[in-house]
Amino acid sequence: MNNMEALSTIFICIGILFNLFGCIGLIRLPDVYNRLQAATKCVTLGCCSILLGVFFHFGFTDAGIKALVAIPLLFFGATVAAHALVKGAYLFGIKLGEGTIKDDYKDAVKS
Amino acid sequence: MRYVALFIIAFLFWLLITFNLAIENIIVGIVAAGITTVLFGKYFITGVNKFIQPHRYFWLIIYIFIFIWECIKANFDVAYRVLHPAMPIKPGIVKVKLNIKGDFARMMLANSITMTPGTISVDIIDDYIFIHWIYISTDNPEEYSEKVSGRFEKYIKKIFE
Repeated sequence: MNNMEALSTIFICIGILFNLFGCIGLIRLPDVYNRLQAATKCVTLGCCSILLGVFFHFGFTDAGIKALVAIPLLFFGATVAAHALVKGAYLFGIKLGEGTIKDDYKDAVKS
Repeated sequence: MRYVALFIIAFLFWLLITFNLAIENIIVGIVAAGITTVLFGKYFITGVNKFIQPHRYFWLIIYIFIFIWECIKANFDVAYRVLHPAMPIKPGIVKVKLNIKGDFARMMLANSITMTPGTISVDIIDDYIFIHWIYISTDNPEEYSEKVSGRFEKYIKKIFE
């Protein structure tokens, strides 16, 4: 049982570390689109890792199974939300930030 | 047929999240799954007989492992770009041709692209998917469509088509 405790602590620490990277990216990156990149990837994997740690902590009890079921829900929720935010921000008229080198979407939206 | 499949999935989901096999709980679960089926049955995927073909599950398991590996790589990639003092980014939106048909397969591909290194799917218009990419490494369309979607397309074709 001790091994499981160690494993859950390791997973929770990794998750917190990735959430921290996601927050740093949210502050440092230049525009909405790049910030969403950091927010979706790092924060989603960080939360999945924390939930996995919770599952290892509780084992096959009701709380552990709930943590396991929450992983696919969080995953689909985060990806669909990121897609909706990017598309909404673009159609609302927010410009791509400095240093952008290509924009194929502009022509497609106009036509 | 699709209503029955949705009912079974909703009921199994209810049993998983409540994790309680008392008779009252099962009755409430049947009622809740029935309401879900009546409300959302018409939006459920077509072609439910795909659920009972075992080779699709085999490819799904392989796909999940490849996907988790890509996902971890994506995280280290983004963490590297965020923590690097000079922030090596070259963002932009690129257009990539899709080779797969079917709404559900396309949705899974778009979700997979969102979770892989430095890419977010923005929109699908006709047969093209638009992707916001944090670091555009080449100017050649062939090369970057291979990089963005080539890894997943062949598995998704086998699983969902």
